[in-house]
Amino acid sequence: MNELVFFINNVVIAGSVTGSIYAIGAIGVTLIFSIMRFAHFAHADMMTFGAFMVLLLTAAFPGVGGSVGLPTPVVMLPPAILLTALLALGIDKAFYKPLRAHGVKPIVMVIGSLGVTLMLQGLIRLFAGTSGQNLYMAGERKEIYRLALPIEGVRAPIVITEPQIILFVLTIACVVGLHLFLGRSRLGKAMRAMSDNPDLARASGINTNAIVAVTWVIAGGLAAIAGTLLALDVTFKPDLSFFLLLPIFAAAIVGGVGHPWGAIAGGFVVGFAETLAVFNWAVLLRPVAHHLPEWLELPRSMAFVGTEYKIVVPFFILVAILVWRPTGLFKGKVI
Amino acid sequence: MSTQHKHREDLVAAPSRFPLRELVLFVALLAAILAVYLAMGAAYSTRMLVEASCYAILALGLTIQWGYAGQFNAGVMGFVALGGYSAMAFSMPVNPDFWESELPGQLGTVLLLGLCGLLVVVGASRLHHLGLPRRLRTAITVLLALVLYLLVASRLGVVTDQIESQFGYIGGLGLPPWLGWIVGGALAGIVGYFIGKVCLGLRSDYLAIATLGIAEIIKAVLKNADWLTRGTATVSPLPWPVPGPAEVGFTLARALYLSVTAAMIAVIFFLLTRAYQAPWGRMIRAIRDNEVAASAMGKDINRRRLEIFVLGCILMGVGGAALGSFNGIFDPQGYLPLNHTFLVLVMVILGGPGNNLGTLFGAVAVYIIWVMSEPLALSVMQLAVSIGEGAFGWDAPGNLDSRALQARVFVIGLLITLVLRFAPQGLLPEKVRHHG
Repeated sequence: MNELVFFINNVVIAGSVTGSIYAIGAIGVTLIFSIMRFAHFAHADMMTFGAFMVLLLTAAFPGVGGSVGLPTPVVMLPPAILLTALLALGIDKAFYKPLRAHGVKPIVMVIGSLGVTLMLQGLIRLFAGTSGQNLYMAGERKEIYRLALPIEGVRAPIVITEPQIILFVLTIACVVGLHLFLGRSRLGKAMRAMSDNPDLARASGINTNAIVAVTWVIAGGLAAIAGTLLALDVTFKPDLSFFLLLPIFAAAIVGGVGHPWGAIAGGFVVGFAETLAVFNWAVLLRPVAHHLPEWLELPRSMAFVGTEYKIVVPFFILVAILVWRPTGLFKGKVI
Repeated sequence: MSTQHKHREDLVAAPSRFPLRELVLFVALLAAILAVYLAMGAAYSTRMLVEASCYAILALGLTIQWGYAGQFNAGVMGFVALGGYSAMAFSMPVNPDFWESELPGQLGTVLLLGLCGLLVVVGASRLHHLGLPRRLRTAITVLLALVLYLLVASRLGVVTDQIESQFGYIGGLGLPPWLGWIVGGALAGIVGYFIGKVCLGLRSDYLAIATLGIAEIIKAVLKNADWLTRGTATVSPLPWPVPGPAEVGFTLARALYLSVTAAMIAVIFFLLTRAYQAPWGRMIRAIRDNEVAASAMGKDINRRRLEIFVLGCILMGVGGAALGSFNGIFDPQGYLPLNHTFLVLVMVILGGPGNNLGTLFGAVAVYIIWVMSEPLALSVMQLAVSIGEGAFGWDAPGNLDSRALQARVFVIGLLITLVLRFAPQGLLPEKVRHHG
């Protein structure tokens, strides 16, 4: 049973955490893809920017969280969301809108977004340095809950931390909120209409500029949430950018580009695939090891890939999906 | 036939003009190079020129992908690293201790085992020919692949651990460096073939995502496979294809190296210009500019795209190998997206995508600015700190040097967006000859 607890700690919980972060990031990418028809490469750095804003705000107002009963970084999340949404709007106005007005090919927009990602990276690293920093400062500590199972012979507890619980709550809130927004509200319906057919949407009187702005606000806000939660779960690292992009794009493509629900599913697929691939399967086989025949000796480590090769997993998923089902699992609209 | 000798007006729509813009730009470039020679000395400047010429090969590779065919490769770094690895693996001296031990045999056994496993998996994927239901076949194939992979990977891990603990790494092959350059180009081409095969039929965004990913993967493998590359411990010194600095002195050795790379550029440039003007080049541009029309004319679009993508990757591999040999040290961590992908991108889009001369100009000009901007960024930062300390009593953070270099990341990003916005054709735009 101890092995099962180990499995829950290292795969179920860790996979859900990574999956949620990828899912929130991939929703933003897929929304931008479906409204503006280009792969937004600056998304990972928008996530980092959001986390950096939280870091700055937490440093500026330490101990605010104590009065509410939440960690300070979480309290600072709403203003950071606002700032990141503003940043996204500003970037669109300054860099993408002129390109759109020129009627350039989508791939030129992609290169433009790479330029933006470098600018963001440069600015963030100029001010934040390149080393990792902890969001918990001024005496605050990460609460760790150890749930002992009431079963005979189980010594190891299930370990879950406070930011992970907050992460799950926020992910569910985001998904439900997005579902209501896209399904019920006028704006959300207009967004879906525009993603289906931009010309028809414009002809039927939808203000496409407003839709683009709303898309950026939502994508920026979600990026801030994802970035902050990632930074809370581990530490704030300014140079994750290109390592986050691949899993997020893989998640968006697995789910079918332009498909918010697919992006959520894709995020969890990629997140769990990553954790399952680096999990040491020898642990689960250990209880049955003495039943195995002599010649089949269990190696000490039986992970599919080492943690240093983690990035291979989303790439492999990406290639597999592009070969077998380029529209994604849920038939995306944009190919 | 008299009609054939008649001068047809409609064939020459673009009148030949005096290349004023080219002349001005290249004279300015020459002046800049001379200024660098005067200010920094011959040895330093020659080194800069050699590196710029290696970058020019990379830029030519990217210009045929992006400029000729409109394919965006966001992973130049990966192909450069592959080339660098190949140059290292071929040119380093043989490690006799390793080859005399039992380990090469064991390594070979594991590789043979891997090959057998691959054959078994491929065989399992054909089981439906024997009447097995397709779902069952897929399940069997996946399960077999996972189990065999685990077995082979754990065995390989044991052998490579022994290699690392006993000999450090397997050493090179002791062959001349130029052989490594050629093989580096071939390796990059093979990787490019598979990436292109998967992505080129789809939206162009997917190619950018996939190349970005493969570049990080190649770097991760080279960094962590210590038994192949010594990983973070780095391998040096790499031999040169020309007499090294120890024999003829820094300036002369670098000048010899420069002549090799310049000759390579001349050959590549000549061939590319011929290809560009040939029917083949016209077809590639037709596919870029109007895919539907080109395919209606019976052109095999995906095959041509793959062709040109692989060609570009080969050039990147060769350029990366030349750059790796010249650096004299193989350090997988030294391969950065900024230095080896985005710098090349700036060279191409600033110089003029699709215009070989413009790309050459862009490569040398941007590289000079890039090298000179490092001391400039540091001094600007120092100035800002001294003003800040004097006026506001600001306490400057310690790692200022590494932060100042981040300013260059910002500048490169800004440059990319500005060029795309205001000069999408580059400084020397592609000249398209119109035929009537």
